[in-house]
Amino acid sequence: MSTTVRTRVRTQSPSQRLKSLGREQLPTRLIAGRSLLYAMLIVLAIIYIAPFLIQVATSFKTDADAASNPMALIPETWSSAAYQRLFLNSDFPVWFQNSAIVTVFVTLGRVFFNSLAGYALARLHFRGRNVIFALLIAVMSVPGVVLLIPKFLVINQLGIYDTYVAMIVPLLTDAAGVFIMKNFFESIPASVEEQARIDGAGTFRVFWSIVLPMARPALVTIIILSFQGSWNELSHFIVATQSPELTTLTKGVASLASGQLSQGTQYPLKLAAAAIMTIPVAVMFFIFQKRIMNTTDGAVKE
Amino acid sequence: MSTPVRTSRRSSIRGGEAASGWLFTAPMIVLLGMFLVIPVLMALWVSFSDWNGRGSPFSASVSFVGVDNYSALLGGGGLAEQDFGTALRNNAWYVLLVVPIQTMLSLFLAVLVNRQILRGRGFFRTAFYFPSVTSSVAITVLWLFLFSSTGAVNKLLSFIGVNGPNWFNDPSGVLHNILGAFGVETGPAALTGNTFLGISFWEWLAGPSVAMSAFILMAVFTTSGTFMLLFIAALQNLSGEVVEAAMMDGANGWQRFWRVTLPQLRPTLFTVLTLGLIGAWQVFDQIYTGTQGGPGKTTLTPAYLSYQTAFTNQAWGQGAAIAFILFVIIVFFTLFQRWLLAERKVSARRMRPYLQTPAGGSK
Repeated sequence: MSTTVRTRVRTQSPSQRLKSLGREQLPTRLIAGRSLLYAMLIVLAIIYIAPFLIQVATSFKTDADAASNPMALIPETWSSAAYQRLFLNSDFPVWFQNSAIVTVFVTLGRVFFNSLAGYALARLHFRGRNVIFALLIAVMSVPGVVLLIPKFLVINQLGIYDTYVAMIVPLLTDAAGVFIMKNFFESIPASVEEQARIDGAGTFRVFWSIVLPMARPALVTIIILSFQGSWNELSHFIVATQSPELTTLTKGVASLASGQLSQGTQYPLKLAAAAIMTIPVAVMFFIFQKRIMNTTDGAVKE
Repeated sequence: MSTPVRTSRRSSIRGGEAASGWLFTAPMIVLLGMFLVIPVLMALWVSFSDWNGRGSPFSASVSFVGVDNYSALLGGGGLAEQDFGTALRNNAWYVLLVVPIQTMLSLFLAVLVNRQILRGRGFFRTAFYFPSVTSSVAITVLWLFLFSSTGAVNKLLSFIGVNGPNWFNDPSGVLHNILGAFGVETGPAALTGNTFLGISFWEWLAGPSVAMSAFILMAVFTTSGTFMLLFIAALQNLSGEVVEAAMMDGANGWQRFWRVTLPQLRPTLFTVLTLGLIGAWQVFDQIYTGTQGGPGKTTLTPAYLSYQTAFTNQAWGQGAAIAFILFVIIVFFTLFQRWLLAERKVSARRMRPYLQTPAGGSK
């Protein structure tokens, strides 16, 4: 309702101002301003998109072509050598598989554990709840990069270094996600679950079959964030593993970039690897595009 | 149903709630405690010890060395201090340039894209946001190609007659280069003679290296989209009435933006600056993937130095100490900024125009 009022007011007053000004000069000025705006937007959009187009184009070029025509969007001779090399003659499939395994488990874990903890902090009354919440906020303010050495120390001490457990378990929950879920549960009315509870359903029953289905929008946010977060994670895997069988895409492609597996620059190969690793997050992004754009609206609104 | 039954049932629900409250939060407490709180405490101990990476840091052979690791970094006079100073210098320039540029650019993009009547609004938003979803590793690989000596950026520069630098292999400082263009090759003795953290003041003022500048552009490219979304959300929540009133008072578009819209965006501005600052002090992935600190250590950052010191040089105590100093720096800047941007009491003179309006202003 407020939006209709706003647009009405907004469209009304410029037209009033229009009248006070000369009738002839304004349309041209308006058109000039509008074209300037579009020109600026189009130039900016080209700057933002061109790198990715060049990336995809270059991945199909030969090494020599990539060096001599770095900007050409159409390869002189099409070559799929980079992709063949990646999939048939390198560890790339293993990296991809490891990234996929970690991402699936981490996303599932975060959806479950974050909502469980978020629900408890928002709805269940128990002693110590405020203390837990205060600690959660404190934990959230620790910058991730500071944790590189500490994480390794604990993983090493627990004897899980260089295992899937070390890659997955430490990422299974995140303070920011719990915080998002808590905020969401506080925003929905408690009456429905109270009804169910009076009918005799246990706390977990209420949570699992009544509250969780209502929390779909927030869960989608968690899925997006944890998918993107764990797929793009690098530093945790650097300190948690070392063997080639446990290398993820981020770690593997980073090692490619610093020159293993290659003599010479081999840009098509590297760019092909980077392009493939971008596909899953890009697909995720386009599926949930509307949600991503609206999520931030909701997150800031309060 | 009689009353006593009801009360007993009620209390059992409350009793069950305490148990399930702890049960529900237990996984989070265990995970965050195990992989966040305990690790930080362990690292704190390591930063005061001489652990060399072999065995457990709690074994009897590891001894407490006091603040040795910290003092080696902050005043040891050796290579450790020099590297730490260099890393701080590099990252400080990075922060100084990335944070303001990304904030201004994202606000600018948000204002452009937030127009009521704009064809292809969704397209432009998507275009500007897309770089934010890609991983830092993938973007770095792309950047290494675009900014290579024969890359697209230099090709583009050659069209306008500029001979582009060999970006990621050029350790020269940008400010030094600008001064050099005016014939200033060496600094005054007052600057070259005195040092701070093992680096002369003249070196502190070198500016980001050409290689670091490419990383700065990359950071702006990848983060502006995220912050644009935050600004768009804030712009959409502004009430149109205030802008409307300013319009009626004859303020032009420029004045309306600076005097009316921007002050209302203050909370979001604070969020963006804080997040930007915290992120910009944690440069790691790009350096690990791209340059490993080179050329000439000009892309070394405290985060990467901490990793390198511990994992490559096995000087774990020193590596942990760097991490904690970095932590303190980040906390300090966040608090400083909060103080700087805090809502202050508006002076009486500036307040006067607003005090006169209420009679007419509030309906």
